[in-house]
Amino acid sequence: MDLSTLTIAEARRALDAKEYSALDLTNAYLDAIVKKDGEIHAYLEVWTDSAREEAKAADAVIAAGKSQPLTGIPIAVKDNMLIEGRIVSAASKILENYRASYDATVISKLKAQGVVFLGRTNMDEFALGSSTENSAYGPTKNPHDTSRVPGGTSGGSAAAVAAGMALAALGSDTGGSIRQPAAFCGVVGLKPTYGAVSRSGLIAAASSLDQIGTLAKNVGDAKILFDAIRGHDPMDSTSLPDNAAAAKGERKTIGVPREFLNDLNAEVRAQFDATVQTLKDKGYSVVDVALPSLQYALAVYYIINPAEVSTNLARLDGIRYGLSVPADVIGEVYSKTRAAGFGAETRRRILVGTFVLSSGYADAYYRKARSVRELIRADFAKAFEGVDAIVMPTTPSPAFKLGEKNNDPVSLYLEDIFTVPVNLAGVPAISVPGGTVERDEKKLPVGFQIIGAWGGEETLFAIGKDV
Amino acid sequence: MADKVDPIREQASNGVNITALAKLARLEVSDAEIAKLEKEIPDILAFVETIQKADVSTEAKTDGLRNVMRADENPHESGKYTEVLLKAAPAREGNRVAVKQVISRKK
Repeated sequence: MDLSTLTIAEARRALDAKEYSALDLTNAYLDAIVKKDGEIHAYLEVWTDSAREEAKAADAVIAAGKSQPLTGIPIAVKDNMLIEGRIVSAASKILENYRASYDATVISKLKAQGVVFLGRTNMDEFALGSSTENSAYGPTKNPHDTSRVPGGTSGGSAAAVAAGMALAALGSDTGGSIRQPAAFCGVVGLKPTYGAVSRSGLIAAASSLDQIGTLAKNVGDAKILFDAIRGHDPMDSTSLPDNAAAAKGERKTIGVPREFLNDLNAEVRAQFDATVQTLKDKGYSVVDVALPSLQYALAVYYIINPAEVSTNLARLDGIRYGLSVPADVIGEVYSKTRAAGFGAETRRRILVGTFVLSSGYADAYYRKARSVRELIRADFAKAFEGVDAIVMPTTPSPAFKLGEKNNDPVSLYLEDIFTVPVNLAGVPAISVPGGTVERDEKKLPVGFQIIGAWGGEETLFAIGKDV
Repeated sequence: MADKVDPIREQASNGVNITALAKLARLEVSDAEIAKLEKEIPDILAFVETIQKADVSTEAKTDGLRNVMRADENPHESGKYTEVLLKAAPAREGNRVAVKQVISRKK
Protein backbone atom coordinates (compact mmCIF):
# COMPACT_ATOMS: atom_id res chain seq x y z
CA MET A 1 0.00 0.00 0.00
CA ASP A 2 1.19 3.52 -0.83
CA LEU A 3 0.35 5.74 2.14
CA SER A 4 0.99 8.93 0.15
CA THR A 5 -2.02 8.25 -2.08
CA LEU A 6 -4.16 5.94 0.08
CA THR A 7 -7.71 7.15 0.82
CA ILE A 8 -10.30 6.00 3.34
CA ALA A 9 -12.47 4.73 0.49
CA GLU A 10 -9.62 2.63 -0.97
CA ALA A 11 -8.54 1.33 2.45
CA ARG A 12 -12.15 0.32 3.18
CA ARG A 13 -12.30 -1.66 -0.05
CA ALA A 14 -8.94 -3.35 0.57
CA LEU A 15 -9.72 -4.16 4.22
CA ASP A 16 -13.09 -5.68 3.36
CA ALA A 17 -11.49 -7.62 0.47
CA LYS A 18 -8.86 -8.92 2.98
CA GLU A 19 -6.00 -7.63 0.81
CA TYR A 20 -4.39 -6.50 4.05
CA SER A 21 -5.51 -6.42 7.67
CA ALA A 22 -6.32 -3.41 9.82
CA LEU A 23 -3.25 -4.36 11.87
CA ASP A 24 -1.06 -4.24 8.72
CA LEU A 25 -2.52 -0.84 7.90
CA THR A 26 -2.02 0.51 11.41
CA ASN A 27 1.55 -0.82 11.53
CA ALA A 28 2.30 0.90 8.23
CA TYR A 29 1.17 4.22 9.72
CA LEU A 30 3.05 3.64 12.97
CA ASP A 31 6.19 2.92 10.91
CA ALA A 32 5.66 6.11 8.90
CA ILE A 33 5.32 8.10 12.13
CA VAL A 34 8.58 6.63 13.49
CA LYS A 35 10.34 7.47 10.24
CA LYS A 36 8.99 10.99 9.62
CA ASP A 37 7.66 12.56 12.77
CA GLY A 38 11.06 13.29 14.30
CA GLU A 39 11.35 16.02 11.71
CA ILE A 40 7.69 17.09 11.30
CA HIS A 41 6.53 16.88 14.95
CA ALA A 42 2.86 16.46 14.06
CA TYR A 43 2.15 14.26 17.09
CA LEU A 44 2.37 15.11 20.78
CA GLU A 45 1.78 11.47 21.72
CA VAL A 46 1.52 8.29 19.66
CA TRP A 47 -0.61 5.48 21.08
CA THR A 48 1.31 2.57 19.54
CA ASP A 49 0.07 -0.23 21.79
CA SER A 50 -3.59 0.72 22.01
CA ALA A 51 -3.67 1.44 18.26
CA ARG A 52 -2.54 -2.12 17.57
CA GLU A 53 -5.17 -3.49 19.97
CA GLU A 54 -7.88 -1.39 18.30
CA ALA A 55 -6.70 -2.65 14.90
CA LYS A 56 -6.94 -6.26 16.06
CA ALA A 57 -10.45 -5.65 17.35
CA ALA A 58 -11.33 -4.05 14.01
CA ASP A 59 -9.98 -7.10 12.16
CA ALA A 60 -12.36 -9.31 14.16
CA VAL A 61 -15.29 -7.08 13.19
CA ILE A 62 -14.21 -7.13 9.53
CA ALA A 63 -13.81 -10.93 9.63
CA ALA A 64 -17.37 -11.18 10.95
CA GLY A 65 -18.55 -9.14 7.95
CA LYS A 66 -19.79 -6.31 10.14
CA SER A 67 -17.50 -3.47 9.10
CA GLN A 68 -18.73 0.12 9.02
CA PRO A 69 -17.22 2.90 6.87
CA LEU A 70 -14.43 3.65 9.38
CA THR A 71 -13.77 0.23 10.95
CA GLY A 72 -9.99 -0.22 11.17
CA ILE A 73 -9.24 3.21 9.66
CA PRO A 74 -6.26 4.87 11.43
CA ILE A 75 -6.89 8.50 12.26
CA ALA A 76 -5.26 11.25 14.31
CA VAL A 77 -7.05 13.46 16.84
CA LYS A 78 -6.25 17.07 17.68
CA ASP A 79 -5.05 17.44 21.27
CA ASN A 80 -8.22 19.26 22.38
CA MET A 81 -10.72 16.39 22.19
CA LEU A 82 -11.29 14.22 25.23
CA ILE A 83 -10.65 10.47 25.14
CA GLU A 84 -11.41 8.85 28.49
CA GLY A 85 -8.27 7.99 30.46
CA ARG A 86 -5.90 9.70 28.03
CA ILE A 87 -3.92 12.87 28.48
CA VAL A 88 -5.46 15.83 26.62
CA SER A 89 -3.46 19.03 26.98
CA ALA A 90 -4.65 21.51 24.32
CA ALA A 91 -0.87 21.84 23.79
CA SER A 92 -0.67 23.77 27.07
CA LYS A 93 1.55 23.36 30.12
CA ILE A 94 -1.45 24.01 32.35
CA LEU A 95 -3.00 20.68 31.22
CA GLU A 96 0.27 18.79 30.68
CA ASN A 97 -0.77 15.88 32.93
CA TYR A 98 -4.56 16.18 32.69
CA ARG A 99 -6.38 12.93 31.87
CA ALA A 100 -9.84 13.10 30.35
CA SER A 101 -12.64 11.75 32.52
CA TYR A 102 -15.01 11.04 29.62
CA ASP A 103 -15.15 10.65 25.84
CA ALA A 104 -16.01 13.59 23.61
CA THR A 105 -19.15 12.80 21.60
CA VAL A 106 -17.15 12.67 18.35
CA ILE A 107 -14.82 10.11 19.97
CA SER A 108 -17.75 7.94 21.15
CA LYS A 109 -19.10 7.96 17.61
CA LEU A 110 -15.75 6.93 16.13
CA LYS A 111 -15.21 4.25 18.79
CA ALA A 112 -18.61 2.80 17.86
CA GLN A 113 -17.32 2.39 14.29
CA GLY A 114 -14.07 0.70 15.38
CA VAL A 115 -11.70 3.49 14.37
CA VAL A 116 -7.99 3.14 15.21
CA PHE A 117 -6.69 6.17 17.13
CA LEU A 118 -3.03 6.74 16.24
CA GLY A 119 -2.32 9.63 18.60
CA ARG A 120 -2.99 13.22 19.55
CA THR A 121 -1.73 15.98 17.29
CA ASN A 122 0.04 19.24 17.96
CA MET A 123 -1.80 22.57 17.87
CA ASP A 124 -1.53 26.17 18.96
CA GLU A 125 -2.15 26.30 22.70
CA PHE A 126 -5.91 26.33 23.37
CA ALA A 127 -6.46 26.74 19.60
CA LEU A 128 -5.10 30.30 19.64
CA GLY A 129 -2.88 31.09 16.68
CA SER A 130 -2.38 30.46 12.98
CA SER A 131 0.91 28.56 12.79
CA THR A 132 1.14 25.87 15.54
CA GLU A 133 4.09 27.89 16.87
CA ASN A 134 2.06 28.68 20.01
CA SER A 135 2.23 25.05 21.16
CA ALA A 136 3.95 24.69 24.54
CA TYR A 137 5.66 21.60 23.09
CA GLY A 138 7.39 23.15 20.06
CA PRO A 139 6.10 23.86 16.55
CA THR A 140 5.04 21.42 13.86
CA LYS A 141 6.76 21.77 10.49
CA ASN A 142 5.20 21.89 7.06
CA PRO A 143 5.85 18.60 5.17
CA HIS A 144 6.21 20.58 1.89
CA ASP A 145 9.02 22.73 3.31
CA THR A 146 10.19 22.10 6.86
CA SER A 147 11.44 25.68 7.23
CA ARG A 148 7.79 26.78 7.05
CA VAL A 149 4.77 26.54 9.34
CA PRO A 150 2.00 24.01 8.67
CA GLY A 151 -0.62 26.61 9.60
CA GLY A 152 -2.75 26.39 12.67
CA THR A 153 -4.28 25.80 14.94
CA SER A 154 -4.87 22.21 13.71
CA GLY A 155 -1.34 22.17 12.22
CA GLY A 156 -0.44 18.75 13.61
CA SER A 157 -3.56 17.15 12.14
CA ALA A 158 -2.97 18.73 8.71
CA ALA A 159 0.73 17.82 8.66
CA ALA A 160 -0.01 14.23 9.76
CA VAL A 161 -2.46 13.74 6.86
CA ALA A 162 -0.19 15.50 4.34
CA ALA A 163 2.87 13.45 5.34
CA GLY A 164 1.05 10.11 5.24
CA MET A 165 1.18 9.71 9.02
CA ALA A 166 -2.62 9.37 9.37
CA LEU A 167 -5.29 8.46 6.85
CA ALA A 168 -7.45 11.35 8.08
CA ALA A 169 -7.70 13.52 11.19
CA LEU A 170 -10.07 15.47 13.38
CA GLY A 171 -9.44 19.16 13.91
CA SER A 172 -11.35 22.11 15.28
CA ASP A 173 -11.94 25.43 13.55
CA THR A 174 -12.59 28.64 15.48
CA GLY A 175 -11.41 31.18 12.88
CA GLY A 176 -9.85 29.01 10.18
CA SER A 177 -8.01 26.42 12.26
CA ILE A 178 -8.93 23.52 9.97
CA ARG A 179 -9.06 25.29 6.59
CA GLN A 180 -5.85 27.33 6.84
CA PRO A 181 -3.56 24.41 7.81
CA ALA A 182 -5.31 22.24 5.20
CA ALA A 183 -4.46 24.94 2.62
CA PHE A 184 -0.84 25.26 3.76
CA CYS A 185 -0.34 21.47 3.79
CA GLY A 186 -2.20 20.70 0.54
CA VAL A 187 -5.05 18.63 2.00
CA VAL A 188 -8.83 19.02 2.29
CA GLY A 189 -10.25 20.64 5.42
CA LEU A 190 -13.93 20.93 6.33
CA LYS A 191 -15.43 23.37 8.85
CA PRO A 192 -19.05 22.25 9.21
CA THR A 193 -22.07 24.45 9.95
CA TYR A 194 -21.98 25.70 13.55
CA GLY A 195 -23.93 23.10 15.51
CA ALA A 196 -23.63 20.29 12.93
CA VAL A 197 -21.07 18.41 15.05
CA SER A 198 -21.27 18.17 18.84
CA ARG A 199 -18.74 20.20 20.83
CA SER A 200 -19.24 18.06 23.94
CA GLY A 201 -15.75 17.04 25.04
CA LEU A 202 -13.97 19.63 22.92
CA ILE A 203 -11.81 21.90 25.10
CA ALA A 204 -13.50 25.24 24.48
CA ALA A 205 -11.64 28.17 22.96
CA ALA A 206 -14.39 30.55 21.78
CA SER A 207 -17.66 28.70 22.20
CA SER A 208 -19.78 30.65 19.70
CA LEU A 209 -17.15 30.04 16.98
CA ASP A 210 -15.64 26.59 17.71
CA GLN A 211 -16.61 23.68 15.49
CA ILE A 212 -15.07 20.22 15.08
CA GLY A 213 -14.37 19.17 11.51
CA THR A 214 -12.31 16.87 9.34
CA LEU A 215 -8.98 16.87 7.50
CA ALA A 216 -8.42 14.33 4.75
CA LYS A 217 -6.69 13.71 1.43
CA ASN A 218 -9.74 14.31 -0.69
CA VAL A 219 -13.31 15.57 -0.52
CA GLY A 220 -14.81 12.07 -0.40
CA ASP A 221 -12.79 11.15 2.69
CA ALA A 222 -13.62 14.45 4.42
CA LYS A 223 -17.29 13.60 3.88
CA ILE A 224 -16.98 10.01 5.16
CA LEU A 225 -15.43 11.23 8.41
CA PHE A 226 -17.91 14.12 8.71
CA ASP A 227 -20.86 11.74 8.24
CA ALA A 228 -19.50 9.64 11.11
CA ILE A 229 -19.30 12.52 13.63
CA ARG A 230 -22.24 14.76 12.71
CA GLY A 231 -25.65 14.82 14.36
CA HIS A 232 -27.62 16.27 17.25
CA ASP A 233 -26.26 15.73 20.74
CA PRO A 234 -28.24 16.49 23.91
CA MET A 235 -24.88 17.11 25.64
CA ASP A 236 -24.28 20.22 23.50
CA SER A 237 -27.00 22.84 23.78
CA THR A 238 -25.79 24.54 20.58
CA SER A 239 -25.95 21.36 18.53
CA LEU A 240 -28.56 21.58 15.78
CA PRO A 241 -31.60 19.33 15.62
CA ASP A 242 -31.18 16.54 13.05
CA ASN A 243 -34.10 17.92 11.08
CA ALA A 244 -32.43 21.33 10.68
CA ALA A 245 -33.15 22.51 7.17
CA ALA A 246 -30.39 21.55 4.77
CA ALA A 247 -29.56 24.10 2.12
CA LYS A 248 -30.87 23.03 -1.24
CA GLY A 249 -29.84 24.37 -4.56
CA GLU A 250 -28.83 23.65 -8.08
CA ARG A 251 -25.18 23.88 -6.95
CA LYS A 252 -24.38 25.61 -10.20
CA THR A 253 -24.20 29.31 -9.31
CA ILE A 254 -21.09 30.52 -7.53
CA GLY A 255 -20.49 33.96 -6.08
CA VAL A 256 -17.12 35.73 -5.94
CA PRO A 257 -16.76 38.71 -3.56
CA ARG A 258 -14.48 40.64 -5.95
CA GLU A 259 -14.20 43.75 -3.80
CA PHE A 260 -12.95 41.72 -0.87
CA LEU A 261 -10.11 40.22 -2.95
CA ASN A 262 -8.50 43.46 -4.14
CA ASP A 263 -5.29 43.32 -2.13
CA LEU A 264 -4.56 39.69 -2.82
CA ASN A 265 -1.05 38.50 -3.65
CA ALA A 266 -0.78 38.22 -7.47
CA GLU A 267 0.30 34.57 -7.60
CA VAL A 268 -2.40 33.46 -5.15
CA ARG A 269 -4.86 35.47 -7.23
CA ALA A 270 -3.74 33.73 -10.43
CA GLN A 271 -4.27 30.28 -8.87
CA PHE A 272 -7.67 31.34 -7.58
CA ASP A 273 -8.76 32.67 -10.98
CA ALA A 274 -7.58 29.45 -12.64
CA THR A 275 -9.70 27.35 -10.27
CA VAL A 276 -12.75 29.57 -10.87
CA GLN A 277 -12.18 29.10 -14.61
CA THR A 278 -12.09 25.30 -14.11
CA LEU A 279 -15.52 25.50 -12.49
CA LYS A 280 -16.83 27.72 -15.30
CA ASP A 281 -15.60 25.14 -17.80
CA LYS A 282 -17.59 22.51 -15.92
CA GLY A 283 -20.81 24.46 -16.37
CA TYR A 284 -20.96 26.64 -13.27
CA SER A 285 -22.05 30.22 -13.67
CA VAL A 286 -19.97 32.70 -11.73
CA VAL A 287 -21.37 36.01 -10.49
CA ASP A 288 -20.14 38.81 -8.26
CA VAL A 289 -21.51 39.00 -4.72
CA ALA A 290 -21.33 41.91 -2.31
CA LEU A 291 -20.41 41.23 1.32
CA PRO A 292 -19.82 44.81 2.48
CA SER A 293 -19.59 44.06 6.22
CA LEU A 294 -16.72 41.62 5.73
CA GLN A 295 -14.36 44.58 6.02
CA TYR A 296 -15.10 44.46 9.76
CA ALA A 297 -14.78 40.68 10.15
CA LEU A 298 -11.24 40.55 11.51
CA ALA A 299 -11.87 43.32 14.02
CA VAL A 300 -15.10 41.66 15.19
CA TYR A 301 -13.35 38.32 15.45
CA TYR A 302 -10.45 39.67 17.49
CA ILE A 303 -12.92 41.09 20.02
CA ILE A 304 -15.33 38.15 20.28
CA ASN A 305 -12.62 35.49 20.28
CA PRO A 306 -10.57 36.93 23.19
CA ALA A 307 -13.77 37.74 25.11
CA GLU A 308 -14.95 34.14 24.95
CA VAL A 309 -11.44 32.74 25.46
CA SER A 310 -10.90 34.80 28.62
CA THR A 311 -14.23 33.54 29.96
CA ASN A 312 -13.65 29.88 29.05
CA LEU A 313 -10.10 29.78 30.39
CA ALA A 314 -11.20 31.24 33.74
CA ARG A 315 -11.93 27.65 34.77
CA LEU A 316 -8.21 26.86 34.63
CA ASP A 317 -7.11 28.22 38.00
CA GLY A 318 -5.26 25.38 39.72
CA ILE A 319 -8.25 24.18 41.72
CA ARG A 320 -10.26 21.58 39.83
CA TYR A 321 -7.75 20.18 37.36
CA GLY A 322 -4.40 20.63 35.74
CA LEU A 323 -1.36 22.47 37.04
CA SER A 324 -1.52 24.02 40.51
CA VAL A 325 1.23 26.30 41.80
CA PRO A 326 1.27 26.34 45.63
CA ALA A 327 0.72 29.67 47.41
CA ASP A 328 -0.53 30.85 50.79
CA VAL A 329 -3.88 32.24 49.69
CA ILE A 330 -6.28 31.18 47.00
CA GLY A 331 -5.95 34.38 44.94
CA GLU A 332 -2.24 33.72 44.51
CA VAL A 333 -2.86 30.08 43.61
CA TYR A 334 -4.99 31.38 40.73
CA SER A 335 -2.64 34.07 39.47
CA LYS A 336 0.60 32.06 39.86
CA THR A 337 -0.88 28.91 38.31
CA ARG A 338 -2.20 30.84 35.32
CA ALA A 339 1.08 32.70 34.87
CA ALA A 340 3.07 29.46 34.93
CA GLY A 341 0.62 27.43 32.84
CA PHE A 342 -0.43 29.72 29.98
CA GLY A 343 1.81 30.70 27.06
CA ALA A 344 2.37 34.23 25.77
CA GLU A 345 -0.44 34.34 23.16
CA THR A 346 -2.93 32.78 25.57
CA ARG A 347 -2.07 35.40 28.20
CA ARG A 348 -2.42 38.13 25.57
CA ARG A 349 -5.89 36.91 24.56
CA ILE A 350 -7.01 36.64 28.17
CA LEU A 351 -5.94 40.24 28.81
CA VAL A 352 -7.57 41.59 25.63
CA GLY A 353 -10.72 39.59 26.43
CA THR A 354 -10.76 40.92 29.97
CA PHE A 355 -10.45 44.46 28.60
CA VAL A 356 -13.26 44.22 26.01
CA LEU A 357 -15.60 42.68 28.61
CA SER A 358 -14.73 45.07 31.43
CA SER A 359 -17.24 47.51 32.80
CA GLY A 360 -16.99 50.72 30.80
CA TYR A 361 -15.66 49.04 27.63
CA ALA A 362 -18.08 46.15 27.04
CA ASP A 363 -20.53 48.40 25.17
CA ALA A 364 -17.96 49.92 22.85
CA TYR A 365 -16.13 46.66 22.15
CA TYR A 366 -17.88 43.38 22.95
CA ARG A 367 -21.53 44.43 22.44
CA LYS A 368 -20.71 46.50 19.38
CA ALA A 369 -18.80 43.53 17.93
CA ARG A 370 -21.83 41.30 18.48
CA SER A 371 -24.00 43.76 16.57
CA VAL A 372 -21.53 43.97 13.69
CA ARG A 373 -21.39 40.18 13.67
CA GLU A 374 -25.13 40.22 12.89
CA LEU A 375 -24.41 42.44 9.87
CA ILE A 376 -21.88 39.88 8.61
CA ARG A 377 -24.39 37.08 9.10
CA ALA A 378 -27.01 39.13 7.22
CA ASP A 379 -24.57 39.74 4.34
CA PHE A 380 -24.14 35.98 3.90
CA ALA A 381 -27.89 35.34 4.17
CA LYS A 382 -28.56 37.90 1.45
CA ALA A 383 -25.78 36.56 -0.79
CA PHE A 384 -27.09 33.00 -0.52
CA GLU A 385 -30.47 34.11 -1.87
CA GLY A 386 -28.74 34.40 -5.25
CA VAL A 387 -25.90 31.87 -5.21
CA ASP A 388 -25.36 28.27 -4.09
CA ALA A 389 -21.85 28.88 -2.81
CA ILE A 390 -19.31 31.66 -2.36
CA VAL A 391 -15.66 31.08 -3.22
CA MET A 392 -12.49 32.86 -2.18
CA PRO A 393 -8.90 31.84 -1.41
CA THR A 394 -8.43 30.17 1.97
CA THR A 395 -5.45 32.39 2.83
CA PRO A 396 -3.90 35.56 1.36
CA SER A 397 -0.51 33.86 0.91
CA PRO A 398 1.14 30.40 1.13
CA ALA A 399 2.81 29.00 4.27
CA PHE A 400 5.16 31.49 5.90
CA LYS A 401 8.51 30.79 7.54
CA LEU A 402 8.77 29.56 11.11
CA GLY A 403 9.41 32.60 13.31
CA GLU A 404 8.50 35.08 10.55
CA LYS A 405 5.50 36.56 12.38
CA ASN A 406 6.49 35.88 15.97
CA ASN A 407 6.98 39.44 17.08
CA ASP A 408 3.86 41.03 15.75
CA PRO A 409 0.54 39.54 16.86
CA VAL A 410 -1.51 41.78 14.56
CA SER A 411 0.36 40.68 11.40
CA LEU A 412 -0.44 37.07 12.32
CA TYR A 413 -4.11 37.95 12.86
CA LEU A 414 -4.25 39.29 9.27
CA GLU A 415 -3.63 35.74 7.98
CA ASP A 416 -7.18 34.88 9.02
CA ILE A 417 -8.95 37.45 6.82
CA PHE A 418 -10.69 34.94 4.51
CA THR A 419 -11.53 32.34 7.14
CA VAL A 420 -12.95 34.22 10.15
CA PRO A 421 -16.09 35.57 8.39
CA VAL A 422 -17.26 31.96 8.01
CA ASN A 423 -17.09 31.27 11.76
CA LEU A 424 -18.74 34.58 12.60
CA ALA A 425 -21.68 33.69 10.35
CA GLY A 426 -21.73 30.01 11.39
CA VAL A 427 -21.84 28.77 7.80
CA PRO A 428 -19.90 25.71 6.56
CA ALA A 429 -16.79 25.95 4.38
CA ILE A 430 -14.26 23.61 2.86
CA SER A 431 -10.68 24.26 1.74
CA VAL A 432 -9.54 22.12 -1.18
CA PRO A 433 -6.10 22.19 -2.81
CA GLY A 434 -6.11 25.02 -5.37
CA GLY A 435 -2.72 24.85 -7.06
CA THR A 436 0.75 25.82 -5.89
CA VAL A 437 2.96 28.88 -5.83
CA GLU A 438 6.75 28.78 -5.81
CA ARG A 439 8.87 30.07 -2.90
CA ASP A 440 12.61 29.38 -2.55
CA GLU A 441 12.35 26.83 -5.39
CA LYS A 442 9.71 24.88 -3.51
CA LYS A 443 6.15 24.40 -4.64
CA LEU A 444 3.83 25.44 -1.82
CA PRO A 445 0.14 24.53 -1.88
CA VAL A 446 -2.60 27.17 -1.70
CA GLY A 447 -6.21 26.54 -0.76
CA PHE A 448 -9.44 27.22 -2.62
CA GLN A 449 -12.25 27.91 -0.16
CA ILE A 450 -15.88 27.09 -0.90
CA ILE A 451 -18.44 28.55 1.52
CA GLY A 452 -21.98 27.21 1.71
CA ALA A 453 -25.24 28.35 3.25
CA TRP A 454 -26.18 27.01 6.71
CA GLY A 455 -26.52 23.21 6.42
CA GLY A 456 -25.01 23.25 2.93
CA GLU A 457 -22.20 20.69 3.42
CA GLU A 458 -23.44 18.50 0.55
CA THR A 459 -23.17 21.49 -1.80
CA LEU A 460 -19.56 21.97 -0.68
CA PHE A 461 -18.73 18.31 -1.35
CA ALA A 462 -20.37 18.44 -4.79
CA ILE A 463 -18.48 21.57 -5.86
CA GLY A 464 -15.26 20.47 -4.13
CA LYS A 465 -15.19 17.31 -6.23
CA ASP A 466 -15.34 19.45 -9.39
CA VAL A 467 -12.33 21.59 -8.47
CA MET B 1 -16.63 56.46 32.27
CA ALA B 2 -16.26 60.12 31.49
CA ASP B 3 -16.23 61.55 34.98
CA LYS B 4 -14.76 58.65 36.95
CA VAL B 5 -11.15 57.64 37.31
CA ASP B 6 -10.63 54.78 34.90
CA PRO B 7 -8.59 51.99 36.47
CA ILE B 8 -7.69 50.27 33.18
CA ARG B 9 -7.36 52.87 30.51
CA GLU B 10 -4.80 55.53 31.38
CA GLN B 11 -6.42 58.90 30.89
CA ALA B 12 -3.59 60.87 29.36
CA SER B 13 -2.68 58.49 26.56
CA ASN B 14 -3.79 55.49 24.61
CA GLY B 15 -2.00 53.37 27.16
CA VAL B 16 -3.56 50.50 29.03
CA ASN B 17 -2.80 49.79 32.68
CA ILE B 18 -1.63 46.21 32.25
CA THR B 19 -1.19 45.65 35.97
CA ALA B 20 -4.83 46.52 36.67
CA LEU B 21 -5.99 44.39 33.75
CA ALA B 22 -3.89 41.41 34.84
CA LYS B 23 -5.35 41.65 38.33
CA LEU B 24 -8.85 41.47 36.89
CA ALA B 25 -7.80 38.44 34.83
CA ARG B 26 -6.22 36.67 37.87
CA LEU B 27 -2.92 36.54 36.04
CA GLU B 28 0.52 37.28 37.46
CA VAL B 29 2.57 39.25 34.92
CA SER B 30 6.31 39.93 35.19
CA ASP B 31 7.75 43.43 34.77
CA ALA B 32 9.43 42.41 31.51
CA GLU B 33 6.13 41.14 30.14
CA ILE B 34 4.29 44.29 31.24
CA ALA B 35 6.69 46.38 29.15
CA LYS B 36 5.99 44.20 26.09
CA LEU B 37 2.22 44.12 26.64
CA GLU B 38 2.07 47.90 27.10
CA LYS B 39 2.86 48.13 23.39
CA GLU B 40 1.03 45.03 22.12
CA ILE B 41 -2.35 45.42 23.81
CA PRO B 42 -2.95 49.02 22.58
CA ASP B 43 -1.87 47.87 19.08
CA ILE B 44 -4.47 45.10 19.16
CA LEU B 45 -7.14 47.47 20.50
CA ALA B 46 -6.33 50.03 17.80
CA PHE B 47 -6.68 47.26 15.22
CA VAL B 48 -10.13 46.17 16.42
CA GLU B 49 -11.41 49.72 16.89
CA THR B 50 -12.31 49.88 13.17
CA ILE B 51 -15.69 48.40 14.12
CA GLN B 52 -16.65 51.75 15.59
CA LYS B 53 -17.23 52.93 11.99
CA ALA B 54 -19.85 50.24 11.32
CA ASP B 55 -23.47 51.35 11.24
CA VAL B 56 -25.48 49.03 13.46
CA SER B 57 -28.63 51.08 13.79
CA THR B 58 -30.78 48.13 12.68
CA GLU B 59 -31.80 45.80 15.46
CA ALA B 60 -30.31 42.34 15.72
CA LYS B 61 -32.71 39.59 14.72
CA THR B 62 -33.71 37.11 17.38
CA ASP B 63 -36.00 34.83 15.38
CA GLY B 64 -35.07 31.18 15.22
CA LEU B 65 -34.31 31.03 18.94
CA ARG B 66 -35.41 27.79 20.59
CA ASN B 67 -35.38 26.36 24.08
CA VAL B 68 -32.29 24.22 24.53
CA MET B 69 -32.79 23.36 28.19
CA ARG B 70 -33.89 19.88 29.16
CA ALA B 71 -36.55 19.29 31.77
CA ASP B 72 -35.15 19.25 35.30
CA GLU B 73 -35.86 15.60 36.03
CA ASN B 74 -34.26 12.16 36.30
CA PRO B 75 -31.10 13.24 38.14
CA HIS B 76 -28.24 10.74 38.23
CA GLU B 77 -27.67 8.97 41.53
CA SER B 78 -25.81 11.07 44.08
CA GLY B 79 -22.05 10.48 44.18
CA LYS B 80 -21.88 8.70 40.83
CA TYR B 81 -19.22 11.05 39.44
CA THR B 82 -17.57 12.13 42.70
CA GLU B 83 -14.49 9.93 42.36
CA VAL B 84 -13.83 10.68 38.70
CA LEU B 85 -14.10 14.44 39.28
CA LEU B 86 -11.97 14.42 42.42
CA LYS B 87 -9.30 12.42 40.62
CA ALA B 88 -8.69 15.40 38.34
CA ALA B 89 -8.27 17.87 41.20
CA PRO B 90 -4.73 18.82 42.27
CA ALA B 91 -5.61 18.55 45.99
CA ARG B 92 -8.39 16.83 47.89
CA GLU B 93 -9.50 16.35 51.48
CA GLY B 94 -11.83 13.42 51.79
CA ASN B 95 -14.62 13.93 49.32
CA ARG B 96 -13.87 17.60 48.75
CA VAL B 97 -11.57 19.62 46.51
CA ALA B 98 -9.07 21.26 48.88
CA VAL B 99 -8.47 24.99 48.46
CA LYS B 100 -6.29 27.54 50.22
CA GLN B 101 -7.67 30.18 52.56
CA VAL B 102 -8.98 33.38 51.04
CA ILE B 103 -7.12 35.67 53.48
CA SER B 104 -3.60 34.95 54.70
CA ARG B 105 -3.12 34.47 58.46
CA LYS B 106 0.43 35.79 58.20
CA LYS B 107 -0.61 39.36 57.51
